[in-house]
Amino acid sequence: MRGVLYVLSAVIVIVLGFWAYQQNYRTQETIGKVRKLHSEIGEAHARLRVLRAEWAYLNRPDRLRDLADLNFERLGLLPLRPQNFGTIEQITYPPAALDPIVRSIELSSSNAPDGEEPL
Amino acid sequence: MIRTPLRPLARIIRARSTGQNPDEIEAENKRQRHAEMADRARRRAEGRLLVLGACFLLAFSAIGVRMGTISASVPEEPRTADVGNPIISQRADILDRDGRILATNLETHSLYAQPPQMVDPRAAANGLAAIFPEMDADKLYADFTGGRKFLWLRRQISPEQMQAVFDIGDPGLLFGPREMRLYPNGRLAAHILGGAGYGREGVDSAEVIGVAGVERAFDAYLRDPANEGAPLELSVDLTVQSAVEQVLEGGMSLLNARAASAVLMDVHTGEVISMASLPDFDPNNRPRPALEGDPADSPIFNRAVQGVYELGSVFKIFTVAQAIELGLFSPETIVDTTTPMRWGPHRISDYRNYGPELSVTDVVVKSSNTGTARIALQIGAERQRAFLAELGLMEPTSVELAEAPTGRPLVQSNWSDIVTMTTSYGHGLSSSPLHLAAAYATIVNGGTLVEPTIMRRTAPQTGPRVISAETSAIARDILRQVVVRGTATFAEVEGYAVGGKTGTADKPKPTGGYYEDRNLNTFAAVFPAEAPRYVLITTLDSPVDTGGDEPRRTAGWTAVPVAGEIIRRIAPLLGLRPQIAQPMLTGVSLSAN
Repeated sequence: MRGVLYVLSAVIVIVLGFWAYQQNYRTQETIGKVRKLHSEIGEAHARLRVLRAEWAYLNRPDRLRDLADLNFERLGLLPLRPQNFGTIEQITYPPAALDPIVRSIELSSSNAPDGEEPL
Repeated sequence: MIRTPLRPLARIIRARSTGQNPDEIEAENKRQRHAEMADRARRRAEGRLLVLGACFLLAFSAIGVRMGTISASVPEEPRTADVGNPIISQRADILDRDGRILATNLETHSLYAQPPQMVDPRAAANGLAAIFPEMDADKLYADFTGGRKFLWLRRQISPEQMQAVFDIGDPGLLFGPREMRLYPNGRLAAHILGGAGYGREGVDSAEVIGVAGVERAFDAYLRDPANEGAPLELSVDLTVQSAVEQVLEGGMSLLNARAASAVLMDVHTGEVISMASLPDFDPNNRPRPALEGDPADSPIFNRAVQGVYELGSVFKIFTVAQAIELGLFSPETIVDTTTPMRWGPHRISDYRNYGPELSVTDVVVKSSNTGTARIALQIGAERQRAFLAELGLMEPTSVELAEAPTGRPLVQSNWSDIVTMTTSYGHGLSSSPLHLAAAYATIVNGGTLVEPTIMRRTAPQTGPRVISAETSAIARDILRQVVVRGTATFAEVEGYAVGGKTGTADKPKPTGGYYEDRNLNTFAAVFPAEAPRYVLITTLDSPVDTGGDEPRRTAGWTAVPVAGEIIRRIAPLLGLRPQIAQPMLTGVSLSAN
């Protein structure tokens, strides 16, 4: 009995050792991957920062104003004025939808009896 | 093991036969046996001690060796520890109230030289001089061939310049990464943002530190890694700020003013929506402080916060509001306004004669100095001083700008009767336009104290009550009357019911006395008057309107039209709907067919 126990524990130790060895290598690999991802995220963030800065620079009010002035003929943009506010009454309602046709009137003369005036 | 018997038979018999005591033999043997046992026990204990000592020695030497390797090796970040966001930049962004970027970081490079590694110093110096116009080839060559081992060439270079330097191909010219503070909107909100510069510099990185404005005031917050790069949200609205600066600049050049400033503040939250001071500067390239001359003439001087001026008649509403609050006067009370008014050696006169008497409302509407002075005499020096202190006009503003403590109001030390009278119409007490904005917000918002802030807020301030809600309503009505039929008729903006008060103050000469032809014109506007949302303080330094027959220098002809135009531009941007009379509906009918 005792011998079996010894052999069993030795086998367990060997199996655990093998498992730990594998885990160690898998962890190393994952750490490498995470590190690479981090650097990729870092680069993406740096790019994003540059893009955001560029966006802010291109949308600076001075430039937009100059562009609106340059393209006035095409766009006709003016600063927002109090007169630009309207009232709800100034908006036309959409045209009402047609009622469904329940009693249609035949307007074709193809089946009309003889002698009747053609349309 | 052979055990020696305690009473060996042979010896016992021999002893007995010789008449000796056999017990002695037993005792002797017992002693020997005990001695052996003690020896064995000691040896075992010594062995154990040795093993234990060896264990301790091993443990301590392991710790010692580990400590030695840790202290001797290069520090390294733990690879697996999760320390939050590893991507945050060194300094957080600054955003406006709608999340638009006011300040951000950009990665650039610095350029330095290590002359010992240089292959051809002459070619390197010539190449650098060709790329950077401010560098001198001969001076660089002298630096490169001198004894120096290291020198900085440029703190920031653009990617194109970096490529050009790279193309020189000298191994002694090296680049270091740098974070650069970028203000994408250029001059916009320059005085609020302030600017940033480099602190301690190394080859691999450099500290970016704020030098003025919010950059300096929130330096620790912006650099704190614990915030994980959370941006700083200001109360400023980029669009409104841009419109205010544009109109103010136009007004300043039309009216030949030396300088101008404007403060737009929310009367309930105390948020500064816009603050402009002209002339301004580009925070990307902040000019150095002027070492000679008047610092107030430098573009980096923030007139709205640092500039303390005698603001003139805009103070009249404080006097009148206090008089009504104390129950001394009602808006209809008739006040003596005979001019000039004599008080000892002093003489107070009105801009023109408004007749012998006016109602309290008309004293403000027509801006009568003598009337206000007489009201102030009724209030008395002590109470007036206490009221102005309550409005925050005696201490620097609490706005979160590095310059705020320097905007300390100038107060007369001896508050005599004549000081009471002059202060009642805004002379003898110097304060900044921001002080005035906060005081006006307090007067018109229902009477509770408002402290200016540059940070975005979501809830109104609930400060202590300064005047009652009824007095506040009366003050609003009087301010509205000033625009409807008083000195500020140019500020009438259709649909927005502007109220306000003009102020034309003579500028003091540095040598004493006042200039004849230099004024500081202020218009403190409140809109919409019946339920105020915003206070706008517009200040022009020495403007003159040359449109008429003779030059006009009063606020009504200078600051007021500029303020009116500002309100016309910004009120729609602030989302205020104009109260327009119902338009006639023509040509619109509901039809169906």
